[in-house]
Amino acid sequence: MTTSDVTIHEAGTPADRPLLEIRDLAISFKTGSGEVQAVRNAHLTIMPGETVAIVGESGSGKSTTALAAIGLLPGNGRVAGGQILLDGEDISNASEKRMIELRGNVIGMVPQDPMSNLNPVWKIGDQVRETLKANGRPSGPDDVAKVLAQAGLPDAARRAKQYPHEFSGGMRQRALIAIGLSCQPRLLIADEPTSALDVTVQRQILDHLDKMTTELGTSVLLITHDLGLAAERADKVVVMYRGNVVEAGPSLELLQNPQHPYTQRLVASAPSLASRRIQVAKQLGVSTEDLLASAEAVAGEPSMTEDVLQIQNLSKVFKLRSGFGKSTDFTAVDDVSFNVKRGTTTAIVGESGSGKSTVAQMVLNLLEPTSGKIIFDGVDTSALNSKEIFAFRRRVQPIFQDPYGSLDPMYNIYRTIEEPLRVHKIGDKASREKKVRELLDQVSLPQSTMQRYPNELSGGQRQRVAIARALALDPEVIICDEAVSALDVLVQAQVLNLLAELQSRLGLTYLFITHDLAVVRQIADHVCVMEKGKLVETGSTDDVFDAPRQDYTKALLHAIPGARLMLPPEVA
Amino acid sequence: MKTNHKAEHFVAPVEETPLLATDAVKTDDAPLSLWADAWRKLRRRPLFIISAVMIALIIVVAVFPGLFTQVAPDNGCVLSNSNGAPTEGHPLGFTFQGCDIYSRIIHGTQASLMVGVFSVICVLIIGVTFGALAGFFGGWVDTFFARLGDIFFALPIVLGALVITQLPFMRENRGVGTVVLVLVVLGWPQMARITRGAVIEVRNADFVTAARSLGVSRVGSLVSHVLPNALAPIIVLATMELGVFIVAESTLSYLGIGMPGSVMSWGNDISAAQASIRTNPAVLLYPATALSITVLSFIMLGDALRDALDPKSRQR
Repeated sequence: MTTSDVTIHEAGTPADRPLLEIRDLAISFKTGSGEVQAVRNAHLTIMPGETVAIVGESGSGKSTTALAAIGLLPGNGRVAGGQILLDGEDISNASEKRMIELRGNVIGMVPQDPMSNLNPVWKIGDQVRETLKANGRPSGPDDVAKVLAQAGLPDAARRAKQYPHEFSGGMRQRALIAIGLSCQPRLLIADEPTSALDVTVQRQILDHLDKMTTELGTSVLLITHDLGLAAERADKVVVMYRGNVVEAGPSLELLQNPQHPYTQRLVASAPSLASRRIQVAKQLGVSTEDLLASAEAVAGEPSMTEDVLQIQNLSKVFKLRSGFGKSTDFTAVDDVSFNVKRGTTTAIVGESGSGKSTVAQMVLNLLEPTSGKIIFDGVDTSALNSKEIFAFRRRVQPIFQDPYGSLDPMYNIYRTIEEPLRVHKIGDKASREKKVRELLDQVSLPQSTMQRYPNELSGGQRQRVAIARALALDPEVIICDEAVSALDVLVQAQVLNLLAELQSRLGLTYLFITHDLAVVRQIADHVCVMEKGKLVETGSTDDVFDAPRQDYTKALLHAIPGARLMLPPEVA
Repeated sequence: MKTNHKAEHFVAPVEETPLLATDAVKTDDAPLSLWADAWRKLRRRPLFIISAVMIALIIVVAVFPGLFTQVAPDNGCVLSNSNGAPTEGHPLGFTFQGCDIYSRIIHGTQASLMVGVFSVICVLIIGVTFGALAGFFGGWVDTFFARLGDIFFALPIVLGALVITQLPFMRENRGVGTVVLVLVVLGWPQMARITRGAVIEVRNADFVTAARSLGVSRVGSLVSHVLPNALAPIIVLATMELGVFIVAESTLSYLGIGMPGSVMSWGNDISAAQASIRTNPAVLLYPATALSITVLSFIMLGDALRDALDPKSRQR
């Protein structure tokens, strides 16, 4: 099996032979409770030069399938059946020696998290050299610089001498791409290569990856959770669900004509696609209101025009310690002003470091503004005494990003939701329990969830518990700080629908902090775009999306994956 | 081998992977808290079972020494029995003074265990309070407690104990209380450090911010959210320190600055056995073995607890 030479990629292969073919692959993991099947009947084909995307939610087996192809399954996992054919050679049970020959040279890999996949004590250049050396390629400083320059790192020779902490997230991802492509493999496995990056950076990186792989004729196996991104970047899309391949085909055809119910569900709720559909529909003259009927149907609130929140010239300066006794000022939020109307959703959009979360913290009165005012319902919140702040907390509630961090793991769900009632001394034990049951109903969780602990729930369920907790005090304003960013698309859609439904039923006002413009389009009435602490553009969602005035906004809009796709404007 | 380049549109039969409701809640198996989960893991670990049985036995011995021996440990000493071999009713033989070794070990358990338990309780009260305040509030509070802790940390325990026990007040009141005092004064910084680290890890968690925005006060969130989540390493350290303090008591008694000779303790017995170690090693070996087993049990329990309470093993 391992008789063929390493120079497999130089041997002439017929153009119609698949580079990678996975047939009936089954992968199982040994766990404490016996053997668990992670992947069954997986099959996919990648032709030379082709880009194939595997799409699926977390736990669907998409990464496991890709790891099996490069022979890097975790120690307790094994290929239980089927074949992985690399250019005709079955590598599903190849020896470790053969796999080492293939890795880097024939199959390259770009891992998911740029923050943890570079060794912090090695210079970037050394990490590239290691790969080159391991595959017997010239590895002088010039070769290293060339590889980095090809990945789009400016000033590569100097950059090679720097350490990972001196690089931004996007630059680290470029370095990882450089390492993955340094030996010009024939197949590149990119496992969520951009999910940790801002949208504009994501776009740049993917564009560059496209360009490089096209030039080199490299096939790409792209793993992603974003169907819009997959369809835009790949020739073929493979949809995985619960360890099975449920649908596969040319990407556009699959999007326009999804057959499997799971794919249909995915196509209907992927935010990037939904956002695109609205745009297409608009061009055809369908109004946004009809499309987003559920999200926009605000119950007849009499005070729709009243500004419940007024942010005036808000600034926040942090003092950063720089050396002994010295400090430099860092302006996180710079002269931001906007108003939030009662019963509407206002989104603050920006990339990481734009100061959007700092604004949220100040509105929640958890952080003192350096200057400027936050006026809630006619009262300046900075002038409140501790008793008034306590009352204010009842009326403004947060929902946080990380569903794993925002619930106390020591509290069961009942105690978690009951805590605000207890803190504010509302009702007696029986009435509080009744209220908790009602709240669980409102967020459509079974009442039996009460006795469970956060670690027994999925991310989306925890987020629904967090919503129930926020609703316990019947607040008027809810601040959602990236409340759906960490969730799988379907769960995300479910939570967004829930939020919209609660808004129409309870007349809630949302301040929605997010980096995801596609989500904004689905739920927000007004948008504030922030860049580096400054508010660069505000307006109604339609105005901002249809006629962005600032270059930055345009760049953000352009970076939504799937923006170039042609989709039927059917209502999801 | 497939040769057609044109990719066909493949759809798996729906029956193969039926569509489940998005994000359905598991309603089977019973709910589990952190402690219930830890208990489930613990009760199957031999390490835990052995150490727990040993500790239970030691506690019973300490509380009811009369259940295990009828022989009075000190007033029944007959010098003619000095260094005597085991006889009927005296299974481990006699000390240099002619006292029953077995009886002395049984009755000595109480003092050793008391020192350990009281020291740990006091260390927990002081160390956890200081550590939690330092970790939670940071800034100058943190600096103050950290430096204060460093001062005590820098004192070698034996040297520090020598100095402290020579204070007039301590000399006049030697007993369990003074030994505990010495151990607490020199032992709290370790606990404070661990608590501080655990609190810092938890204090920035979103659920603490969420509690604060619900209207919980800062100190309230420290008590109701931060500390319960920082408890695991504290419990592990406390268990292990219990063993360490029992050893320390013996060390101090051995050096003559621990328990007064009138109190029966393993350390005093080991100290008294110095003289006869060549002629009758059993006098030394038996109390030393009792000490080792006790300390080992607590350290083993600490180890088992550490594994069971490890948060990394808890994600599902």
